[in-house]
Amino acid sequence: MSDTLKTTPLHALHVELGGKMVAFAGYDMPVQYPLGILKEHLHTREACGLFDVSHMGQALLKGADVQSAIESLTPSDIKSLPIDGIRYSLLMNDEGGIRDDFMVTNRGDHLYIVVNAACKDADFAHIAASLPDHNLEILEDRALLALQGPKAAEVLNRFAPGVDQLIFMNMGEYDIAGIPCLVSRSGYTGEDGYEISVSTAQCEELARKLLAEAEVEAIGLGARDSLRLEVGLCLYGSDIDTTTSPIEGSLNWAVGKRRREEGGFPGHDVVMKHLADGVERKRVGIKPMGRAPARAHTEIADMDGNVIGEITSGGFGPSFGGPVAMGYVKTDFAKVGTEIQLIVRGKTMPAEIAKLPFVPQRYYKG
Amino acid sequence: MTVKYTEDHEWVLIEGDNATIGITEYAQNALGDIVFVEVPEAGTEFSQGDDAAVVESVKAASEVYAPISGEILEGNAALEDEPALVNTSPEGDGWFFKMTIGDAAELEDLMDEKAYKEFCEGLD
Repeated sequence: MSDTLKTTPLHALHVELGGKMVAFAGYDMPVQYPLGILKEHLHTREACGLFDVSHMGQALLKGADVQSAIESLTPSDIKSLPIDGIRYSLLMNDEGGIRDDFMVTNRGDHLYIVVNAACKDADFAHIAASLPDHNLEILEDRALLALQGPKAAEVLNRFAPGVDQLIFMNMGEYDIAGIPCLVSRSGYTGEDGYEISVSTAQCEELARKLLAEAEVEAIGLGARDSLRLEVGLCLYGSDIDTTTSPIEGSLNWAVGKRRREEGGFPGHDVVMKHLADGVERKRVGIKPMGRAPARAHTEIADMDGNVIGEITSGGFGPSFGGPVAMGYVKTDFAKVGTEIQLIVRGKTMPAEIAKLPFVPQRYYKG
Repeated sequence: MTVKYTEDHEWVLIEGDNATIGITEYAQNALGDIVFVEVPEAGTEFSQGDDAAVVESVKAASEVYAPISGEILEGNAALEDEPALVNTSPEGDGWFFKMTIGDAAELEDLMDEKAYKEFCEGLD
């Protein structure tokens, strides 16, 4: 089984740390370490966690006026992005659906992009084919670490003085303990923190140095999932996909104002129609009223028992202290506080539409 | 007093005509942090192999099967407020339910402690 899976440069370290390895997006990855998902989650919110996200795809896009070029694939406003600014963006299809969500950093004469592991081959092929006059350089020799939590800045500053001054959604080049890194003040946990692109050759050395700090614990994919769910962030393939528009996905903020007027990205007509006429279904937060978690694909019904949607991500929120979920409901039922029912194991369970995020996002904005 | 085990990692404590059922240390360790448990109500009748209870970890939901046929005498109400008892005391305070032994012959299908230990070792 594991011989068909790919590994990251930290695979041996995960095993050494007692990581429980599972298949994820074609990689053999740690779902948890001996600490367990619950404590790993809470530790990240209280102190600091180190995540191996090297399975994600990193690339540089180079060529003339590359900011305009990428705008032909995404509804984000990339041209207004300051140098070293980062933006959450969407790769669109012609039907107004989402091929993937990804991060774009404006590096001036080129872009640095990070895409999801499960989509990376398709994304890179799509970008390269769509922008034949530009050069997509896939960074096979780079690993990616995320250091997340309220102590992340204090910890990283010990190794790279000044990195605590980096503002949320900005990038800079730093030597961390003498290792050259490309550092973003960003992440997917809702906490302050960093994503660190480092050579595969020096990745383990860096990871060991960070893990040696008292505040830092290794955190697996299980806690990464519960952390992002609590703060209302989408998991591509579950909460958004090729059949959901950004407006149905409640990602209106990811569609730039100028881009709405000017267009020039795939699916612009659908997005504009959804903005003008409204949508039939919308992604919302869902709070089960009992203690039982409602998992992905749980049916959602109105109080008369009519099916009105489906949960797309759901589980237990360790920091929230109860079950949390996201899903799509008919727009008539999308208002916060609307009472709904979830069909769990053949029984109905009371729930209500809840405001996202379930726990506050805490970013460093200077 | 005898304890028997199933291949689904349940333990069955046999006391006269009745049995207490829970999940083993091996099972709680594999499941991870338990956040929700649903136990059956007293009076519910089960056949061997029926879904009898639900146990949910942070990551996933799992069924607990009736290891024998019989009628539920009591579900462990303490698990509703403190599901983590299954992690801290899987073979003690974290028991799931007590039931009658409807057909003593079914107990023959279950493993004794030695056989269960060997079964688990074969899984690792």
